[in-house]
Order: sequence, then structure tokens, then C-alpha cells
Amino acid sequence: MANEASASENLLEVKGLVKYFPIKGGFFGRTVGQVKAVDGVTFSIRRGTTMGLVGESGCGKSTIGRTILRLQDKTAGEVRFNGIDIFALSREELRRLRPRLQIIFQDPYSSLSPRLPVGEIIGEAVREHGIVPADEFDGYITDVMHKCGLQEYHKDRYPHEFSGGQRQRICIARVLALKPEFILCDEPVSALDVSIQAQIINLLRELQKDMGLTYLFISHDLSVVEHISDTVGVMYLGTMAEFAETEKIFSHPLHPYTEALFSAIPVPDPHYRMERIVLEGSIPSPANPPGGCKFHTRCRKCTELCRHAVPEWTEVEPGHFCACHLYNSAEQNARAEAAVKAAQGSAARKPETEEKE
Amino acid sequence: MAKKNSDGYLSARESRRISRENRRITDEYEKRRKRKNVPESEYLTTMRDPKNAVEFDDLHTYFFTDSGVVHSVDGVTFEVPVGKTVGIVGESGCGKSVTSLSLMQLLQRPQGQIVRGAIRLNLGDRAYDVTKAPNEVMQKLRGNYVSMIFQEPMTALNPVFRIGEQLNEVIRLHDSGHKTEEQVKSRTIELLEMVGIANSEGVYRMYPHELSGGMRQRVVIAMALACSPRIIIADEPTTALDVTIQAQILDLLRQLKSKTNSSIMFITHDLGVIAEMADYVVVMYAGRIVEKGTAEDIFYHPAHPYTIGLMASKPVVGKQVDKLYSIPGKVPNPIDMPDYCYFRDRCQMCVEACRGDYPREVAISDTHRVSCYRCGGAKGGETDGE
Repeated sequence: MANEASASENLLEVKGLVKYFPIKGGFFGRTVGQVKAVDGVTFSIRRGTTMGLVGESGCGKSTIGRTILRLQDKTAGEVRFNGIDIFALSREELRRLRPRLQIIFQDPYSSLSPRLPVGEIIGEAVREHGIVPADEFDGYITDVMHKCGLQEYHKDRYPHEFSGGQRQRICIARVLALKPEFILCDEPVSALDVSIQAQIINLLRELQKDMGLTYLFISHDLSVVEHISDTVGVMYLGTMAEFAETEKIFSHPLHPYTEALFSAIPVPDPHYRMERIVLEGSIPSPANPPGGCKFHTRCRKCTELCRHAVPEWTEVEPGHFCACHLYNSAEQNARAEAAVKAAQGSAARKPETEEKE
Repeated sequence: MAKKNSDGYLSARESRRISRENRRITDEYEKRRKRKNVPESEYLTTMRDPKNAVEFDDLHTYFFTDSGVVHSVDGVTFEVPVGKTVGIVGESGCGKSVTSLSLMQLLQRPQGQIVRGAIRLNLGDRAYDVTKAPNEVMQKLRGNYVSMIFQEPMTALNPVFRIGEQLNEVIRLHDSGHKTEEQVKSRTIELLEMVGIANSEGVYRMYPHELSGGMRQRVVIAMALACSPRIIIADEPTTALDVTIQAQILDLLRQLKSKTNSSIMFITHDLGVIAEMADYVVVMYAGRIVEKGTAEDIFYHPAHPYTIGLMASKPVVGKQVDKLYSIPGKVPNPIDMPDYCYFRDRCQMCVEACRGDYPREVAISDTHRVSCYRCGGAKGGETDGE
């Protein structure tokens, strides 16, 4: 759990966030199941820092991002931005908060309207939200564009005239023009070439330094995440497996999944041979996740307890959280074991009672 | 070169003129390729070194587009030794995929044409020049001698046919009807097992959408290996996959290679993957090779400023830097290439000599060759200096 004393330092706090998507089926389109995209995630981001969120595709990274911004509704849990409960806001209040929470999308090719010139793409929301007075509007847009490495004459051009890197700069300028406090970066460099990636990453970091921005950086590229983040959260199948400061988590990962994930990063050194932990199989379906610890089907350190009991989210070291029975205290495990036994006992008794009836 | 009006756009008349001109040129190439009963002597050649599986010799592949001629591959020379893996690195648009498609003769026709150069393919007892081989011959070479693993396993499989049916088709086509239906099926199952699919009988009856990305890529690999080709072209086989699945697929490729002793041409933009897989590395930039050598040469002693920049711009786990190096500027327009070193405008290590023509390739060790003035390519010009 987030430290209560540092609550004011935290720009964003997420507690037990749950997001299920219904699976519609059958003749009348009834809900026949649920995709458990995000299943109880807790973390917080300090003001002016970057949190990296990593995990395989389909583990719920982007769903978390979108739910935090209330681009879609939650199923349960709580999201607080600056102490404000985002899901308690009315439509009008939310609209006023919007400029402060922004998002940069993965694909700069589809996230820009092909029919608007760049000046309008960047300026539209500025005018809408009344960020600057009308007479300063032009100068302000030019300023923002300069900050993102765009020139003034780009204003009248259309997105198709730009390369991928330039487009991502336009996306960043569009977001920045609203003077946000928090930016969700949803795989902002995955679609770009290596040399362009470096430009965009450097730009994001410079802007953070100058304007004190807070980022939630979602990516599957671990080396980029390590470079840009202060803290890192590792997700697996809708739950957070581990959360710690970047240095800590990369130098000694605790959770077996984190270990395996990090050992799979290819290193550009032909003589470098790390002991690679190859995970068998692929990620199970979130519509029907395995019981107990969700990772137990692929875990090499799996015990009997892991198959039945869900591990608790524990602070193993100060600031280093992990959800794994190996790092849960003996007390916690004993409690989990007892709960499993009780559950098994009741499951075994049930058929008897039914027979009696 | 195309003339442009004051706004920098092509006029309609100019564009029409270019496309007429292109049609004339490409028709000629197409006519030659579609001939029937071409004598073997025309495309029979000898390998420069019989230990090589493929030799690319001064390959030029151009695309004749309506806005001008794009020199996608502009004088590429390298070889793939038997049983080795050659990695080709470069950013998008540098011609790495076009190089491999030239070998397969799968270029987008009629715009894409091999204009000059040779690709010598070692068939064991003889060698063919792929660039001169007509369609009929190519159809026999593809699959049997050269095959390709495509980037996106989602689009490389046909969504309306079962996995087994798609694999059977490959085997049936290339075995020229010697096998009975049962033999074909058992071979398919065997292939699926070889690429590590546990439930091979089940997968045989499945449709592509029922499989995950990693499984689909395994099926695509099985398809490429169906006729035990000598050369496998892997065009970004792991780019669309997660790191953990990527590790599985790379492991699999390594195992299969040592089992079948085939050569792999591995195309990727991920230097980490190259370091892990490749014995030799070719670095391409704007249609030309800027540096080539063994993996050790390239990773421990990179010589070309582009290679150095590329390595510095990728963050490496465990090495914290405050600011990533980023190569300034962008790749020159492929239609209007400069006549000096293509990298000069972005290079921060320029010397006086860089004002000259495109630098010649220089050997800085037995295996390591670089096209850069800083490394002693003092005399300009591609073949003869001034």
C-alpha cells in the first residue's frame, strides 16, 4: 500500500483498480463471461517522476492507462489524481480536469487527423479549453512547436507530409499545448526507428526536466523503460507482479516472472551469454485465467501453494513490492494455506449437502 | 531527374512523362523474364567461393515509381557462407528487405526490377544466377532451396484454411507429386513437432486465428522449413512478438539451423537480436552497405559513424546514460540521392575528404570492410579514383 505520509507527493494514486470486459454471446447477446483485463492493481506515481509499466501483450497495460484517464469506466477500485477521485467527477468537472491529464498514443500514423493542418491539430484543444487568450494564441502555438523541435512553417502542412518521428513530435506538441501535469505515454516509440526513438526519448526527458511533468510510460521495450523510468511496474495477466525503483528491480528482480522477462532481453554484445530463463508456452487467456497465482502455469519455482492461493501484494523491502508466495511472510503463507484448505473442505462437503437436499 | 514546380510538387504532365518512360523500361525487363524454354547456360554461373551459399555481387534493385526512380538497393556486395547466419541491420527504408526479396525474386513487379548485378545461388552441384533465371526456374528454387520467414505471422497465413491444409500444400507443390496424401500429412505433423508445437494433431486441424502470435510464427517457420531449404531468409521474424516469445523463437531458429546446416539471412533492426544470432553482420544505410564484418568486428570495433551512432542511440539494460545519442537529421530522399557520402549530412565525424565522391569500400581487417573516408577510403569514386 502507498505510504500515507507521502500521499501529498503522489500525483496519481491507483488502488485496487479492476476492469472487466463482458463477453457477449448467445441468442440475446447476454454476457456469457468476462475478460479480466485488469484485476486489482495498486500503485502510485510521485510528482515529476516517470513510472514504467512493462509486460507482455495482452497483460492489461494499456487498459490500466485508459482507465486511469477515465477514457473507459472502471469495474471497481479507486483512481486519485492530486487527491481528486476521478470517477466521482461530473461530466463538466471531468472536462475541466482533462487538459491536466493527457495521452500520447502508440501509432503516430493513425492518431492524427489527416484533414487538419498541423497548426489546427495542436491548437484545437487549446482554443476549446481556453488555455491562452485569443491574441496570444498564434505565438503560443509557435512556442510549443519550437519546444518540440518543429518549425513555424510546419503549421500549414498536413500530417501526411511528415515522417514518423516528426508526427510523434506533433502528437507531443498537441499534448504539451494544454499544459498538462500528467502524460500517459502508451508505447510512444514502438513504431519508430532506433535513431528516431532516441530523439523522441530525449525530447520527452527534456520536457520533463523543464516543466516538471509526470509520466506513466507503457512499453514492451524493457531497455527503453529502464532508460526513462524512475520506478517500474511489471504486469502479468491483469495483475501487478512487482513494483520497485528502476535500479532495484533491474539489479535484483524478485518475482520469477520479472526474472524471466529481464533475462529475455537481447543484449548487443556477441560474447554476452546470460543464463536465459525461457518461459514455456504463452500467456493464458485473461477470459479464463488460472486459479491461484496467475503465473503458476509457467513458473519454474512453482509450489503446491501457488496453484491454489493468490499471493498477497507485499512490501518486501522498503519501496519494493512483489506478489509472490516466495516473498510472502510465513505468516501470510500459513493464512493462505488455511484459506485454501477451508475452501477445499467446503468444496468437498458441498456435494454431500446437495445430496441430502 | 524529375523537374518540380515552385511548390515542390510534380506537375501532372511531368508525372505522366515519368510513368510512360518507366513503362517502357519495365516492359523490357518483364518480357525477358517471361520467356519460355530459356537454355540453362544463360543463368548457369560459378560461385566465387564454393563455401558460400549465396553471393550478392554489386546488386542494384530499382523501383520505377511515378515520382522518379528509387534506388532501393544500390550496389550491394556480400556473401552468406554455408551454415552461417548473416545479420542485416538498418533502419526502415534502407533496402534490407528489398535485398532479400531480390534473392527470392518476389519484388513488387513491374515497378521493382533488378537493374544490374548478380545473385549467385549455390545449389550444390551447380550455381544459378537468380537475376537471370526465368520464372519457371525460380518457382522450383523457391521453397526447395531458398525460403522465407515473414515478419508478420498474422498476415502470412491464410485465415480461411486450416493450418494442416496450408502446410500440406507447400509439401505437395514442392515434392512434385511423389508423396501420397498420408505421407504428406505425416510430414506436416513431423514439421509441427519439429518447431516445438506440442499438440501437433490438434493444431493440424486449427485455423490461424485460434493460435497465439508465437504459435503462428512457429507455423510460419515450419512452412519455411518444409522442404529443408539451404537458405532461410528471416525477415524480422520476431519484431511483432513479445520478448519472452522472441527468446523462444530465437532458440528454436538456432537449434534448427544446427540440425539442418542451412544458412540464415537474418534481417532485423534490433542490434541485440543480431548480436545473439549472427556470425556476420552487414550494416545498410540508404541502399548501400556502409560496414560489414564478423559480429565481433561490428560490435567491438564499429568503424562507420552510422554504426557507432546506431549503437549509441539504443539504450542498453544495465548501462545508465543521462542522454541518449541521437543521429541528427534524417535519411536523404531516396529519389534524389546526393553524389557524396549519403551519411555526410548527418555525420558528426566528418573530415575534409568527405566532400569527395561516395567513399569506396576499404578493408580494415581480413573480415571487416567499411565505406568511410575516416578509415582510409581516401581515393573517391566507386571503381576508379580521380
